[in-house]
Amino acid sequence: MSGLELDIALDLPGFRLEVSQSFAPTGLTAVFGPSGSGKSSLLRVIAGLEARAQGRVGFDGQLWQEPGRFVAPHRRAIGYVFQDARLFAHLTVAGNLAYAERRARRAGRAPDRPGIVAALGLEGLLTRRPSGLSGGEAQRVAMARALMTAPRLLLMDEPLSALDDAAKGAILPYIEAIRDGMQVPVIYVSHSVSEVARLAHHIVMLEAGQVRRAGPAQDILSDPAAAPAFGIRAAGSVLRAKVLAHHDDGLSELTVAGGRLLVPGFAAAIGAEVRVRIAAQDVILSRSRPEGLSALNVLEGELTDLRQGQGPGVMVRLRMGADQDVLARITQRSARALSLAPGQRCFAVIKSLSIAPLDVGGSGAV
Amino acid sequence: MWSDAAPFPDLTPLWLTMRLAGISVVILLLVGTPLAWWLAQTRSRAKVAVEAITALPLVLPPTVLGFYLLVLLSPNSMLGGAWRDVTGTALTFSFTGLVVASVLYSLPFTVQPLQASFEAIGRHPMEAAASLGAGPMDRFFTVATPLALRGYLTAMVLSFAHTLGEFGVVLMVGGNIPGQTKVISIAIYEHVETLEYAQAHLLSAILLGISFVVLVAVYAANRRFPVHAG
Repeated sequence: MSGLELDIALDLPGFRLEVSQSFAPTGLTAVFGPSGSGKSSLLRVIAGLEARAQGRVGFDGQLWQEPGRFVAPHRRAIGYVFQDARLFAHLTVAGNLAYAERRARRAGRAPDRPGIVAALGLEGLLTRRPSGLSGGEAQRVAMARALMTAPRLLLMDEPLSALDDAAKGAILPYIEAIRDGMQVPVIYVSHSVSEVARLAHHIVMLEAGQVRRAGPAQDILSDPAAAPAFGIRAAGSVLRAKVLAHHDDGLSELTVAGGRLLVPGFAAAIGAEVRVRIAAQDVILSRSRPEGLSALNVLEGELTDLRQGQGPGVMVRLRMGADQDVLARITQRSARALSLAPGQRCFAVIKSLSIAPLDVGGSGAV
Repeated sequence: MWSDAAPFPDLTPLWLTMRLAGISVVILLLVGTPLAWWLAQTRSRAKVAVEAITALPLVLPPTVLGFYLLVLLSPNSMLGGAWRDVTGTALTFSFTGLVVASVLYSLPFTVQPLQASFEAIGRHPMEAAASLGAGPMDRFFTVATPLALRGYLTAMVLSFAHTLGEFGVVLMVGGNIPGQTKVISIAIYEHVETLEYAQAHLLSAILLGISFVVLVAVYAANRRFPVHAG
């Protein structure tokens, strides 16, 4: 199976969206970029909602668009989750789901209705009207409705952007469940680094209508060179971890490459694979193993990169293990004082409480 | 005030009017829906011109509209002549001619509420429907139509009521043929002309009552089935 192949152009107010890119056939690909970089328009082009777009759109051996050919959106077998749920106000939740299911079955696809309803926790909402749903509930229904089309490709356009942090935290596990359980490739548009770090297997970075970088999420997130694009305050790496224990004092203990990590307690089975995002600016570096600290986490690794940008900071990468990096953002002054150089053994000190609940999530290894 | 001297008025004009209004509303929905949909969607430059033409009956004196229709529908014109050749009857001074006139006369009362409803729905629900596998006709009937239900109700009631009260156009195009073109407003006028005030009173009261009941029914329905667009 091959994934989405794009070679498209679309004139937008102020800039031109030009993307020539292959997308992974499985897993979740985050299209990341600042507001107004053309992310949502890119999704609309993929779905066939931008009739003015030029070029080619192909998916799994089918051409959805090429010069002289345009497959209408309703024939593309895509699921689309819009920023503003766009539920049908004249139908109940069940009616909204049935709307999608009927048309999927007519097209010869068979959605797993009970499985989808259960995966998104909608059992108690089925008879409700969209006007009576909270923002988070409406978005869960919208995701279920998109899945009820039994899509071959799921497009999600900033589904969390209209929600507050509590609602985001409540809905992220459902998105992880879709990513890990539904066997459908997902393209997920977001301008939130923490969402991307938590969810993405692959990242396509978009800026002013052009792809700046594309590749596996771990590589890009832990690349000091990519940090400015995420915003140096938001930059951070993602570590794969395994749940070791949940302690009585409210902390959960994880094993990661380079050591153990204590983080604020969260719900997961012992032995479960999770991913933890560590913001670069929350990491302190030390040349020797520090003692007598309040910070609970000390990870050992090898310094591989030092990258100086504009301003007083330096982005440092420590390699903990294969594909397992920690990014640290420290001052140039500290880097000089410690005589940091590639090849050195270094210790990364991380405060447990600097890791927010939103930073820990299911691993969804591809 | 009823007495043998003033016999109960002939109710044929009332039934004729109801029939005219009913048939006109059905035709108006069939003609007005695609027109309103096109006006709500199009970015064509012709839009303003079409909007203006549709709204003309609102501002034209009914006699002017009636005069042009009389000319257009007369057996001496292309349209009226062709109609006579095919059907053997004239369009002017006939019930069919009245239907044609009513449809034109009440067109803005159908098109404008529908267009406003369709515009209020916007493209968002339609895009969602497309992403769920619904083709253009499918999403029109399963999404746009139910969301525009209020617009349909308003359009139907306004067009029906407007046709009930039609006078000037009917007089010009239809004349006053009992059972054919003598609608209730003409009958009332005739009763007044011949100083039969009692009959005029009764027919007027019937029309007033019907109009009031219809409007109450509509507002009640609107309260019971609130439809949220968007």
